[in-house]
Amino acid sequence: MDNVLSITTFLPLIAAAILAIFLRGEDEAAQRNAKWVALVATTVTFLVSLFILFDFDPSNTDFQFVEEHQWLLGLKYKMGVDGISVLFVLLTTFIMPLTIAASWGIKTRVKEYMIAFLLLETLMLGVFMALDLVLFYLFFEGQLIPMFLIIGIWGGKERIYAAFKFFLYTFLGSVLMLVAMMAMFTDAGTTDIPTLLTHEFAYEDFSVLGVHILGGAQTLLFLAFFASFAVKLPMWPVHTWLPDAHVQAPTAGSVVLASILLKMGGYGFLRFSLPMFPVAADILAPMMLWLGAIAIVYTSLVALAQTNWKKLIAYSSVAHMGYVTMGTFSATQQGVDGAIFQMMSHGFISGALFMIIGVVYDRIHTLDIDAYGGLVNRMPSYALIFMFFTMANVGLPGTSGFVGEFLTLVGAFQVNTWVALFATSGVILSAAYALWLYRRIVFGDLIKESLKSITGLTGRERAIFAPLVAMTLLLGVYPSLVTDIIGPSTEALISNYDTALAEAQTGAANQTADISH
Amino acid sequence: MIQSDLNIILPEIVIAIYAMLALLGAVYTGKDKMAGMLVWLTAALFVAMAAWIGSTGSGENAAFGGMFIDDAFSRFAKIMILLAAAAILLMSQEYMARLGSLRFEYPVLIALGAVGMMTMVSAGDLMTLYMGLELQSLTLYILASMRRDNVKSNEAGLKYFVLGALASGILLYGASLTYGYAGTTQFSGIIASAEGQAPLGLLFGMVLVMIGLAFKVSAVPFHMWTPDVYEGAPTPVTAYFATAPKVAAMALLARTLYDAYGGVVGDWQQILAVLSVLSIFLGSIAAIGQRDIKRMMAYSTIAHMGFALMGLAGGGAFGVQAMLIYMAIYVAMDIGAFTFILTMQRDGQPVTDIRSLNNFSNSHPARGLAMLILMFSLAGVPPFLGFFGKIYVLRAAYVGGLTWLAVLGVIASVIGAYYYLRIVYLMYFGEEGETLDPPRSPVLWSILMASAAVMVIGVINLFGIEGIAQAAAATLIK
Repeated sequence: MDNVLSITTFLPLIAAAILAIFLRGEDEAAQRNAKWVALVATTVTFLVSLFILFDFDPSNTDFQFVEEHQWLLGLKYKMGVDGISVLFVLLTTFIMPLTIAASWGIKTRVKEYMIAFLLLETLMLGVFMALDLVLFYLFFEGQLIPMFLIIGIWGGKERIYAAFKFFLYTFLGSVLMLVAMMAMFTDAGTTDIPTLLTHEFAYEDFSVLGVHILGGAQTLLFLAFFASFAVKLPMWPVHTWLPDAHVQAPTAGSVVLASILLKMGGYGFLRFSLPMFPVAADILAPMMLWLGAIAIVYTSLVALAQTNWKKLIAYSSVAHMGYVTMGTFSATQQGVDGAIFQMMSHGFISGALFMIIGVVYDRIHTLDIDAYGGLVNRMPSYALIFMFFTMANVGLPGTSGFVGEFLTLVGAFQVNTWVALFATSGVILSAAYALWLYRRIVFGDLIKESLKSITGLTGRERAIFAPLVAMTLLLGVYPSLVTDIIGPSTEALISNYDTALAEAQTGAANQTADISH
Repeated sequence: MIQSDLNIILPEIVIAIYAMLALLGAVYTGKDKMAGMLVWLTAALFVAMAAWIGSTGSGENAAFGGMFIDDAFSRFAKIMILLAAAAILLMSQEYMARLGSLRFEYPVLIALGAVGMMTMVSAGDLMTLYMGLELQSLTLYILASMRRDNVKSNEAGLKYFVLGALASGILLYGASLTYGYAGTTQFSGIIASAEGQAPLGLLFGMVLVMIGLAFKVSAVPFHMWTPDVYEGAPTPVTAYFATAPKVAAMALLARTLYDAYGGVVGDWQQILAVLSVLSIFLGSIAAIGQRDIKRMMAYSTIAHMGFALMGLAGGGAFGVQAMLIYMAIYVAMDIGAFTFILTMQRDGQPVTDIRSLNNFSNSHPARGLAMLILMFSLAGVPPFLGFFGKIYVLRAAYVGGLTWLAVLGVIASVIGAYYYLRIVYLMYFGEEGETLDPPRSPVLWSILMASAAVMVIGVINLFGIEGIAQAAAATLIK
């Protein structure tokens, strides 16, 4: 299995090509075939990706399963995973079969729908495995296309506005990163990510048009990457595309968006911003910590005011991604571990929450919170699952949500007590909006006419939620499953970061000494 | 002596003689009844000539005392021109025949235009430059007004002629200034005279020559003619305008700047950078308001020329290589996009209103998908080939120290993405409504699919043109 990474990445693409070429017609049978091909393909991809997990050696902090081929312009096709990325790969392959199963009710253009999702999976997997800057960019940007189509074709009423906003917002963020990549290519002479991780980019201060830039080239590169990842994550105040995209996207689109696409921003911070531009990251860390903390509190408050169910969960996602920013830029072992853990856990929980919305949306086609109430009377098992994930979202101990929030807060506390204090108040707010939402939807008397005949969970829906419940519980009570795999890699990341900073400081000290002589 | 000179320009001679024989033959036999056959014949000749140039050409040869240069750079450009022209001929036949304007002059004019373009890219002297340029331009003026009974087509031809003549005049004025200060019209002599401190008059001449050529590549602010001519000319002719002549003019610009004015690189670099950024922004913003897909493509061309100029402005062998690769990718994309426009018709009549694409992909999934790929590729979204063109020119700009240009360029490309996306949105997200006719011509269908396939498959290795473009660029930069 020398090229297990390529096989995993391109299996969905092959399935998509088979669908595109061989499947004809729009009748019932063709639709069923399309769904089954997609489900089988994503499941097989998940099974293949398990080989990566089993053969992965956590104690080795280098990239593993590396494949390398020459490509144009001195670029390389290079794939590989390390402790930081391997779990994202698994998260993606794990979530995808569930999203396909969750979209079983799709009626229009089923073939195209499945092709779009399979393409999306290939591109998402590529993002987490690419070890070449431009290859990374290719996958990173490429997924805009299927997502644009998913929102635009199968979305809600305002889908066109949302699709354009999603595309142009994220595109603008990313093109600056492309220029920064060209700068790194020229500076280091290669686009090989492992080499770039050891390359030291210039950090001497300089002035551009009279503006003094602390941290020099590193700061500019950092900001260019920040423009892309901050939009993707998304961070306050560039998060406004996300609620629109979520509300308009079909259920499975929302699930993929929340569970995986958002994680690319956090992954980017860990893969590029922190290790490649340590001096700039150190200079800008206070800003990043505060932005994270503001995101947690501000978007939680915004979530409290929402009347649209999906929008509420979308704002809650932004808040939870605030923990990721905060943990990452605390640059401590706990903080970074917590950030990755939080992303894993949020992948399961937010995905589940969007599927929970999807279940009743499929039945009565409204996202208005006021249209619900008293669901527990007709859908007891649904209420139970919803309760479980509400608690996980709030960060109840025993669920995975708790571990991620706790670790990032511990990390932030070591660096900046005020940020940690401020952010912790977000935990209370999240309990407020999540529980209030739960009360409005589930409890009370069943008085709405439209809900009186609503049916309980089907077997398919139960089967979708079962693995998500299992993972959330498992990671909640046994977090070492994750931290054992990521631990050595994050430890190496932090120690490299500290070494680079120390070197930079001695270098600066020597410089000052030279001047004073 | 003369024989070796003639050997060097043999491909041009063959095409020129063919054009005259075709003209004579058609006049004395069936006239327009011959047109269909001539189109195929001319296309076949172009492909054969491209293969011949590609397989036998080698080294660097100068004919007629350096007036005509045959090197890797000119061969690369010639092959691109010939293949593009051949594709355009194949695209046009069915469409022109349906409109009743498939005249036998059409392939003949394109063949003569090809000779002009091949002369342009081989120019080693201001005389050759002007001769090639005018031969090409004259055929283009006529082609623009090919539909004699159509007012818009006549307007396009006249407009193009008047403005083109003005640009030629400016170019000639620049050429005479250059001659006055350098004492020679030969590129090798001009570059020698500019060594050390270049005389001010020579710089003036250079600026005027650049203006003349900027008109041909429709770089802002010399782009005014482009939208009107694109809209008015018959669609296959528009497709022709957007591809082969642009390659020729861009290659000629590179050749003149490096061979003749290579001593004052810093001076023309800043002009190119300004032309580039203006073109990219105007092309990206002005296209947003367009309702006619041909006008939209005109602005798209302007923006793409801006990107190609960005590569050239970056300077050095890599800059030229980036420009060549960008042009090759651009031509492949535009041929596909215009093929799609050619297939747009309702009740047998061609339509160019983009709103007619509403709900297109539902009724024509394959054509819709091909156009989707082409649009994303034109917008420069990975993983399609258009993205790689952008990477090359961005890198060239960055390496050339023009970071501001690269940053502005990518920002404009986001603005420009909007109008490409709008086509996708109409085709895919539109409401139910009447749709366009199914495609009639298998030729058009195949070209469209081939072009879309190139955008996807080319990502693997660019069909190996990277190395060829590199060699071509290396011969230009001494």
